[in-house]
Amino acid sequence: MLSRLFSDPLQLGIAQAAVTILLALAVVYVARRREVHLERETLISLLRGFVQVVAVGSILVLLFRGPSWSSVFVLLLMMLAAAATSARRARDIPGAFAVSFYGIVVGSGVVIALMTALGAIDPRMESLIPVGSMVIASGMNSNALALERFRSELTANVGYVEAGLALGATPNRVVVPYVQAAVRAAMIPRIDTLRALGIVWIPGLMAGMILAGSDPVYAAIYQFVVVGMIYAAAGLTSLVATLLIRSRAFSPAEQLVLGSQR
Amino acid sequence: MAGEAESREATWEGPVLRTEHLTRVVDDRPLVEDVSIAVELGEVVAMVGPSGGGKSSLLRLLNRLDEPTGGTVFLEGRDYREIAPRELRRRIGMLLQQPFLFPGTVAENLAFGPAARGELLATETIAELLERVGLGGYADRDVSRLSGGEAQRVSLARTLANGPEILLLDEPTSALDEAAQLGVERLICNIIRQQQLTCLIVTHDPEQAERMAQRAILMENGRVVESGPMSEIKNA
Repeated sequence: MLSRLFSDPLQLGIAQAAVTILLALAVVYVARRREVHLERETLISLLRGFVQVVAVGSILVLLFRGPSWSSVFVLLLMMLAAAATSARRARDIPGAFAVSFYGIVVGSGVVIALMTALGAIDPRMESLIPVGSMVIASGMNSNALALERFRSELTANVGYVEAGLALGATPNRVVVPYVQAAVRAAMIPRIDTLRALGIVWIPGLMAGMILAGSDPVYAAIYQFVVVGMIYAAAGLTSLVATLLIRSRAFSPAEQLVLGSQR
Repeated sequence: MAGEAESREATWEGPVLRTEHLTRVVDDRPLVEDVSIAVELGEVVAMVGPSGGGKSSLLRLLNRLDEPTGGTVFLEGRDYREIAPRELRRRIGMLLQQPFLFPGTVAENLAFGPAARGELLATETIAELLERVGLGGYADRDVSRLSGGEAQRVSLARTLANGPEILLLDEPTSALDEAAQLGVERLICNIIRQQQLTCLIVTHDPEQAERMAQRAILMENGRVVESGPMSEIKNA
């Protein structure tokens, strides 16, 4: 209906956004009737999300006109932002930002570089940046999950960690079960995504490609490729981040500092 | 290992363990303050005093699970900061209040310390250690099936598997029921006596201190208030 009313893509977009905002406000209204107050948070989030995404769209328009190597800087900036967001979840871990940044750069960066070099990702900016952002976002989430889980495992198992240290074991040896638990916890959502792909969930990229007129089978296979990359980035990021955070959890004299109350 | 102990005994004549103005302050709160004590070879010393008095904190400093903010510890005259933490913790074994056994079998737990150094603990040694703590035949038992008293015995055997020269015991029987308490206490006493181990035991029970130790150190507010035979401490 909207497409019949608006022929200009920009006007159509604004109209579609307006309808979405009305829908979100309707949810807020229903919630309010049930005495669940989401007004302030929803309004701020809607406004923020709209401004952010429009700003990014505008920046992309400018970027797409620039040289293709500038996409490296864009992806690096995204990784910095991802590290800052993810590190906020683990604020009390010393050096959480650096750990998150290295984890995301190694995890997502390696996957993006490798898949671009192999030709699985189109190196043109209009393809590299959206796909790269999905991979980086996956690294960000996995990093946050892994760090949070590692911290909570260590806090819950201080006695076991110190029993191991008291027996002369290295910090790396005593945290093995907690590193495993952290990586596993970070990977569960990615494994579930792979499992449910196409059945429970038709992801945005595939939907977008079909809407843009691509062959649905190719769109589906390409989506699988992207989800596979997301999985790989999540795995690498969580592994690197937990391996790096491991050393920061202990003092140079091999005393537990993270999670210890003493 | 016994040969090593003898040679050390021959070359070092002073206190085997000595603290010098040992202090640990956390968030402006002194947990241990200016503690200077000396423990002779083969001596069994009880640390007594009210809860929060700094006994357990002192023990953690001796094993270097925590870092002193002032002063230091000398092991056979050598500043313990010059000894690699892993080596130090092998030589100064520590038995915690709770056993904290790692998931797996009893034998795997006993082999943990030696394995951390890349050494294999022989099946016969495991059997011998388990006999010593009264748990002969328990090697293949899963630790989740042990009672509290049995778990603490396994924890003791696990510490002994490292061949420590000094044993630190942090209220080793306080988490056990009364029947198990006496059994574990008697077992520890026998082992200390048989192996002539130097030992520091934290206890809140003056009777236990008297039964187990030759000398007691009374700690209050992180400081050493009194040191001497338990009878004198009780009257202080």
